[in-house]
Amino acid sequence: MVAVLDQKRAWAAAAAVPDPEVPCVTVEDLGILRRVELVDGVAVAQVTPTYSGCPATMAIEMAIEVALREAGFDVRIERVLSPPWTTDWITEAGREKLRAYGIAPPVETAGSVRALFGDVAVACPRCGSGDTEKISEFGSTACKAQYRCRACAEPFDYFKCI
Amino acid sequence: MARLEAVLELADDHLILGHRISEWCGHAPMLEEDLALPNMALDLIGTARVLYDHAAKLEGKGRSEDDLAMLRVEREYRNCLLVERPNGDFAQTMLRQLYFAAFMEPFWKAALGSSDEIIRGVAGKAVKEMAYHIRHAGEWVIRLGDGTEESARRMQGAVTELHRFTGELFESSPAAAACEAEGVLPVRADMRGDWDRVIGMVFGEALLEQPDIPFPQTGGRAGIHGEQLGHLLAEMQYLQRAYPGAEW
Repeated sequence: MVAVLDQKRAWAAAAAVPDPEVPCVTVEDLGILRRVELVDGVAVAQVTPTYSGCPATMAIEMAIEVALREAGFDVRIERVLSPPWTTDWITEAGREKLRAYGIAPPVETAGSVRALFGDVAVACPRCGSGDTEKISEFGSTACKAQYRCRACAEPFDYFKCI
Repeated sequence: MARLEAVLELADDHLILGHRISEWCGHAPMLEEDLALPNMALDLIGTARVLYDHAAKLEGKGRSEDDLAMLRVEREYRNCLLVERPNGDFAQTMLRQLYFAAFMEPFWKAALGSSDEIIRGVAGKAVKEMAYHIRHAGEWVIRLGDGTEESARRMQGAVTELHRFTGELFESSPAAAACEAEGVLPVRADMRGDWDRVIGMVFGEALLEQPDIPFPQTGGRAGIHGEQLGHLLAEMQYLQRAYPGAEW
């Protein structure tokens, strides 16, 4: 019973860590925290990077380690590559938080050829209009592209479908 | 050990091309490209890191991913010649990216069935990133090839400069061939059909012509490089050479 409670407490501590580049969402919202298990008294947290070269990966791992230590656990962080993270792992709550933050969440299922090569209709996270245009394939971080809303004229980030 | 050598070939391809396009950081022709190029470099260097870490463990001699990336000499690098070619102008940079990504995308797709767990893990992510690079670089090649007189001249010039280095992509070193036979890596020559299709499609829209290359330039897999690799390494390795063991 104590072990189960500890496990829940460890998950809660790690899951609350915010993403350093998109601080409106937590590692749980993004789906990059795979599991936290107590193994011989050590909290083992498994993390999957969003991108091969995501520069935030190490910062995220360190933040999770700090959060677990502050919750009183010994910690081991494991980086898990397979299966690879996709935008489909972003939770419904996470998608809402992104939208409220001004980042359009991914529109289509990751890996669909149309999402990669076709032009998808991205709704403006500010006014909701579908009348938007792509400015650039790459935005302020590796996981985003740049769009502009033709209705309200605001530029915004779009979380790419990868 | 064949697997170690073959993994290093892949890692070197990604590190050297990643470093090359990172040279554009702060110099790109527009702000969007100044963001796009380092983002693509990150994808490549991220892939290289996992591969170097894998290689270091396969070697088992206590060398780290950093040692393998930063502390070998020119002849020990096994990257193909295409990736070490200088950036030239924007046309050359985008064409080089298209040539490489159009090879790696089908390669990683086939590598999803590798018997090596790390290779499968890298492939799952990299296949999508390479598709994104094809799209980005391909759009530029079309825009410049079918653009102004000057941009078309530059783009065709890039083809003349770089096409002779593409044949090497499809060649397997003895180490790679051994891994291919074991199902660790896909057979490089098998990517020809996919590569030709993508390049043919882009060149058709870009109004570019593929030159006939009777004798492709090769040698990178045996450590025979152009002098440009030495210049690249001098800059890339400077810090580790000047301050051995520096960390931050």
